[in-house]
Amino acid sequence: MNPLVLEVLVVSLGIALLMVEAFSPKPDKRLLAWIGMAGLATVFVLTFFVGTVPPGSPTAAFYTADSFAIFFKRFALVSTILVLAMSIDYLPVVARFVPSEREGGGLGEFLALPVLTCAGLMWMASAADFISIFVSLELVTISFYVLVAYMRRSNAGLEAGTKYLILGALSTGFVVYGITWIFGMTGQTNLRAISEVVTGGYPAANIPALLFGVGLVIIALGFKVAAFPFQFWVPDVYQGAPTPITAFLSVGSKAAGFVVLLRVLEPFSAVPAIWEKLSAVLAVVAGATLIYGNLAAIPQQNLKRLLSYSSVGHAGYLLMAVASIGAVLPGREAWPAIGFYLAAYLLMTFLAFFVLAVAGGDEISHFNGLARRAPWLAAALLVSMISLAGIPFTAGFLGKLLLFDVALSAGNYVLVGIGVLTVACGFYFYLRVVGAMYWQPVPDGAAPIRVSVTAKVAMALLAVLIFVLGVFPQPVLSLLD
Amino acid sequence: MSPTGPLFYLTLLPFVAAVLVMLGSPARLVSRIFSGVLLALTLALCVQYDRAAGGMAFGSELPVSESLDLSLRFGADGLSLAMLLLTAIVTVAAVWVIPPMQDRENLFYACVMLISGGVVGAFASTDVLFFYAFHEVALIPTFILIGLWGSGDRRVAAWKATIYLGAGSFVLLLGILGVYLNLPDGVRTFDMTFWRNLPQMQPDFSLPHWVYWLLLIGFGTLISLFPFHSWAPQAYASAPTPAAMLHAGVLKKFGLYGMLRILVPLFPEAMEQYLNIFLILLCGNILYIGLVTIAQKRLDWMLGYSSVMHMGYIFLGIAALNEISLSGAALLMVAHGLSIAACFAVCGVVRERTGTLEFADLGGLAKPMPRLGLLFGFAAMASVGLPGFANFPGELMVFFGAVGAGEVFGPGFTPSAIQIAAIVAVWGVVISAVYMLRAYRRVFFGSMPERWARLADVPVFTRYAVILLVVALMVVGFLPQLLLQYVTPSVLP
Repeated sequence: MNPLVLEVLVVSLGIALLMVEAFSPKPDKRLLAWIGMAGLATVFVLTFFVGTVPPGSPTAAFYTADSFAIFFKRFALVSTILVLAMSIDYLPVVARFVPSEREGGGLGEFLALPVLTCAGLMWMASAADFISIFVSLELVTISFYVLVAYMRRSNAGLEAGTKYLILGALSTGFVVYGITWIFGMTGQTNLRAISEVVTGGYPAANIPALLFGVGLVIIALGFKVAAFPFQFWVPDVYQGAPTPITAFLSVGSKAAGFVVLLRVLEPFSAVPAIWEKLSAVLAVVAGATLIYGNLAAIPQQNLKRLLSYSSVGHAGYLLMAVASIGAVLPGREAWPAIGFYLAAYLLMTFLAFFVLAVAGGDEISHFNGLARRAPWLAAALLVSMISLAGIPFTAGFLGKLLLFDVALSAGNYVLVGIGVLTVACGFYFYLRVVGAMYWQPVPDGAAPIRVSVTAKVAMALLAVLIFVLGVFPQPVLSLLD
Repeated sequence: MSPTGPLFYLTLLPFVAAVLVMLGSPARLVSRIFSGVLLALTLALCVQYDRAAGGMAFGSELPVSESLDLSLRFGADGLSLAMLLLTAIVTVAAVWVIPPMQDRENLFYACVMLISGGVVGAFASTDVLFFYAFHEVALIPTFILIGLWGSGDRRVAAWKATIYLGAGSFVLLLGILGVYLNLPDGVRTFDMTFWRNLPQMQPDFSLPHWVYWLLLIGFGTLISLFPFHSWAPQAYASAPTPAAMLHAGVLKKFGLYGMLRILVPLFPEAMEQYLNIFLILLCGNILYIGLVTIAQKRLDWMLGYSSVMHMGYIFLGIAALNEISLSGAALLMVAHGLSIAACFAVCGVVRERTGTLEFADLGGLAKPMPRLGLLFGFAAMASVGLPGFANFPGELMVFFGAVGAGEVFGPGFTPSAIQIAAIVAVWGVVISAVYMLRAYRRVFFGSMPERWARLADVPVFTRYAVILLVVALMVVGFLPQLLLQYVTPSVLP
């Protein structure tokens, strides 16, 4: 089966959801979410039966379906399913901030747009040409513009939407401008063709101009993955966006950014004259991202903001591995470690956001005494926090270990040193949440927390998977080979 | 090799207990049963172990990651079995001393069992990464226990201990990765047995010295090597009794065990080159911390500092690096674990009954609580190193080994650095006698303030717990060979 079928199916599913919303009288919105989840789950199963793109076919010019691409298609599908599951419980909150004449009106798009975003993310995982990279990037970004600003009666939501729109547009500008420079210096937009041009006796005089183009693309992707100094939109947008969308942004958008980054950098990593400059820049960005993300998380009083800074920090660990690609680890040798870390990041981040979505508040003080009010919810957040902090037997620990292994093999000792110090910082701010849950008394007048069965099942699955992957990473790693 | 084995299930026991307790089964009963089974199984393994053959036994290997050559490897030799036995005994005692609780009993028991499970796993692992990982598991339950049920400035103590231990273990992790990446070409493994045998298999193999320093500082922080010790007294003083018993008694031995297993075999050259620095630090543990201990005004802080101080003897045994001194160090590890756990158990009763641990407020408690006084006497005498308790043969062997590490006395004798350190260290015995006997007198003898006249004596299960520890100390004290036949063949690198 042609892998392109997957994207076609997901787009059709998204459109079908919109149609159901438009034409059926007063549908239960939860039904939409269930249809979406079932459809995406079907596509997920189908990913195990797709073939490869025959080389030389017209599709192969802009689309690749290697194991890495398939892995990230599944990644996007799982994230979207989780987003929809989270949205079921979150719909009443969204409804409060969405003006509508009839009950439950204006909520259908909130469930259909993530599915369309998912198609974009899946396409991004496969994009092998700058044009298809750009198109899929825009599909994702534009859907996110809408989703971030969805709660349009909330001031914070509007602020988040505006910020994301302006900075997203800026980064789009960077990426397009970068692509034109690269096209100008190589005459190609296809990544494989670019690779042939730069490895086959590329004139040294052209390198600075080419580097300028690549640098612009890296800046644009820096916005997507939230790397320092392009991270300043992150806290406000994360805080203002609806919680499921924040989770989606933090996991899906970041992962897609890293996939594209790896694909874009692959042709250049084989050319020492270009790569030594690029990897030096990446190493500096990685170090700065690590330091900024982890230090700025320390004083946060709001869990959503804390998670946003921590997401910057995690981008730093990943960039550390990206910067370590090179002579010691040529080609795609570092890719499995990055893929595994992103998978671990998906599990622990979604688990944290699930708790956030059902707990009905996002200040850390809101979680005071949670261990007493809702012991299982507290246990779930505990698992997420220790995994984010990197305690052994969790996926987060093994993921960090693989990344540190990559960086040490490449001899990036300074980065590893920074990484270890920032892990120690992480201990502090993640455990602060644990301390609030377990040490503090329950605040007066705290409302009871109701958790739906869907959320319970999803959280239990995520928590178990965190431990399973922390001890048996092989199933995931073998998918990435 | 089979994927699971007896040690795999042994490690699983406390974790299963913790999960059961969290799921709501009766915490006290389940924990007592599981810790009892843990002790029984460990004893059975000790009996089963073929001492004549020696070496690693009960091996199992469950592959985890092929690319890193990481496996969940278990195995035990005489030294690991001795440490496992210590862990099992202290776990049983720690579970017994937990007082009846009104509130959140399950969380408390689950945390205690998790700490115990982490330590059991660490001592049973023969994979370096899992050895490290199991130790880290104990970090979070400790954090919760101290912060929630600690005394005094408990939040500060919890943060200080967690950050210190977290940072120390990351330094340690870097050291481990440093060894891993510097293995001979083409070899990637975390197999501890392979690491240990490496210097013998390849005599020209050597590791960069920064790895030695990372490992020394990493392990040193966890063991409270001077000057990385400042977290320990506060954490022990503040921790609830079972946590202090497990931490000071067994968790700290993790670092010493790691030094014996990884640092000593892999860095013969660096050990020799930096011996003097190590000796100065360990004298800091014995003399400086010893004097600090004398100056303490509270029983819990005094015990905390004394446990830091006693590490100095064990370091001396490791520094001298011969069969006698290393056997003595291993013996002392067990003896110290048992005696400090007994001391903290008694200290917990005093705190519970009187609500204070200031020496100035206490006195004459032996009158209302004669049994507790007797038990503290045993524990304190063991800690001082009185003959008849396990600490005595341990310290004796360390001193003999250390003095024997240099020239023999005779005409023209110049003492070597180790011999000087041994002479300094012997004074530590005097220091510990001073603070322990003073504490004993101030708490249990002398004039008794009137308000303590009606105190109830030691609770029955705490009594059994301390008796268990004291009996173990005396058995090993009278028959050190019982333990030495296990540890001696496996301590030499």
